[in-house]
Amino acid sequence: MSTNLGISDRDGTNLWQPKRGLNEWVEKGVKGLFALFALVSIATTVGIVLSLTYETIAFFSKVPIWRFLGETQWSPTFNNPQFGIIVLICGTFLTSLIATVVALPIGLLAAICLSEYAPEKMRRVIKPALEILAGVPTVVYGYFALLFVTPILKTFLPVEIFNALSAGLVMGIAILPLVASLSEDAIYAVPNSLRQGAYALGATKRETIVSVVLPSALSGIAASFILAISRAIGETMIVTIAAGQTPRLTLNPFANLQTMTAYIVQVSKGDTPAGSLVYQTIFAVGMTLFVMTLALNIFSFWFVRRFRQKYE
Amino acid sequence: MSTSRPIADLDSPSESNFNVALPSRHGLDKIFEVASWVATFVGLIVLAALLIDTVVDSLPRLSWGFITNFPSTRAVAAGVLPALVGTLWLLVLTTLVAFPLGVGAGIYLEEYAPDNLFTRAIEINISNLAAVPSIIYGLLGLQVFVRWLLPVTGGRSILAGALTLALLVLPIIIITTRESLRAIPGSLRQAGFALGATRWQVIREHIFPLALPGILTGTILAISRAIGETAPLIVVGAATFITFLPTNLQSKFTALPIQIFNWVSRPVVANPDKNFQFNAAAGIVVLMVVLLGMNSIAIFLRNKFQKGRA
Repeated sequence: MSTNLGISDRDGTNLWQPKRGLNEWVEKGVKGLFALFALVSIATTVGIVLSLTYETIAFFSKVPIWRFLGETQWSPTFNNPQFGIIVLICGTFLTSLIATVVALPIGLLAAICLSEYAPEKMRRVIKPALEILAGVPTVVYGYFALLFVTPILKTFLPVEIFNALSAGLVMGIAILPLVASLSEDAIYAVPNSLRQGAYALGATKRETIVSVVLPSALSGIAASFILAISRAIGETMIVTIAAGQTPRLTLNPFANLQTMTAYIVQVSKGDTPAGSLVYQTIFAVGMTLFVMTLALNIFSFWFVRRFRQKYE
Repeated sequence: MSTSRPIADLDSPSESNFNVALPSRHGLDKIFEVASWVATFVGLIVLAALLIDTVVDSLPRLSWGFITNFPSTRAVAAGVLPALVGTLWLLVLTTLVAFPLGVGAGIYLEEYAPDNLFTRAIEINISNLAAVPSIIYGLLGLQVFVRWLLPVTGGRSILAGALTLALLVLPIIIITTRESLRAIPGSLRQAGFALGATRWQVIREHIFPLALPGILTGTILAISRAIGETAPLIVVGAATFITFLPTNLQSKFTALPIQIFNWVSRPVVANPDKNFQFNAAAGIVVLMVVLLGMNSIAIFLRNKFQKGRA
């Protein structure tokens, strides 16, 4: 490592030469450059909002917003096109609901197990394993849903080849590690004195966990739940591959349906000319998706601030 | 939260009211514990099932030819060469863009930025960006890089894809950089300042080298996440059938997840002998090997780092 600029030569002739001027310039330059880099993140947000708004406005100038919100069919490419976003929202809602019903309870229980029951050594092995599970690309989960889970479901349920149930179940497995890992962080951070206090009052381990530890970790657990829900809403490849491409207003989990994300992929796969109405629909759908996840984020932010417990 | 059953009526703690009921409470405890263990292993068992199923499916197709061949309409002759090369290009380009940007921004926010409204706005913005669905980044890339910056990126090119992925991982890299920097004790900085070093000298010579392994680990994990992303690349316009390798930044491209998606989504009716399905499985194995390689490097760095500091 070089001892740079400020400090001197060995021979002693030139012991103190701070070169303050140059250093100040370097300092300012570095600071300015890095501040610019930090602004890239703001630019990203601005870029997302601008590009979505730009095409969405163009879309709504051709299709009035009440048709977008009011119609009950989604068929933008038909001769007599209909634009009822509710159809796609319904698909997203159903698959996300199934996924959260799987992921939230199992994830929370796994988090409790890792933090409270598992020996420290085991925790150190299982936690990275769960994180590997979180790192598996979603296209792989999609493959798994369509070619492994659906055939199994078919043996005892009247499911179609593409169905919301299989996609939702596998999506639940895909977001489970996220819930487990983040909730575990929150539960692990609860100070031991609270547990000891509960034990001293005669509570059993389960009673301590359920009525002392979990409420103390509430804000962190809720944040992990909300993040998981927003992941499920924005998840793309599993639902595209396994839930199908048929926009349909249904809550039947055995049926083929289409989510918002799957629609965007379907249009992107084809060669849709820029500026056409169909091209603009994917931005209107994207905008809807963005607003939904943003609302969840804001809610999560508010919730964590409101319920955070600070321990010294 | 109510303290529920165990502690009975507090107003009259007479012997008759105080029902300890330990056997049934311990029974419930046992059930709860077993349930939590089952929950923990559900995920791991599914992961095992997933891997075994995929590897078994891939065996008929996994060969050297599969890696060195171009895609083909005949499943048995198809290979992943352009997809693999495209993925490696994306890997390098995304890293080149995202790493300096993310680390610089992280250093600025942690070491330089004053604690004011603007800084807090950037922070909230970054944590918000980390939760935006990846397909939205695809739409951003489509509009900004493919259309508005057409002269620079050349449209649906590998550069547009890499820039989109770079924006996708940027918030994660910034967050890990800040966490790594925060773990370096403040006394080191004060020692540097006391010797007359400027802030940048302290960062460059003392803080950054110590934080680097942590930053690298986080960055590698983030980028390996990006390499597995399919949705943003489809939206930006990765091609699905490519019979040449990328030659420059403006080349059309494909990537492993795209190729896998393409094979998985072949209609079952037109593909009764399941050969494309086996191709998809083999493609997944190749992709997982790439990701596993990256993850091992990250784990290696983390372990080395932790030993060094203990």
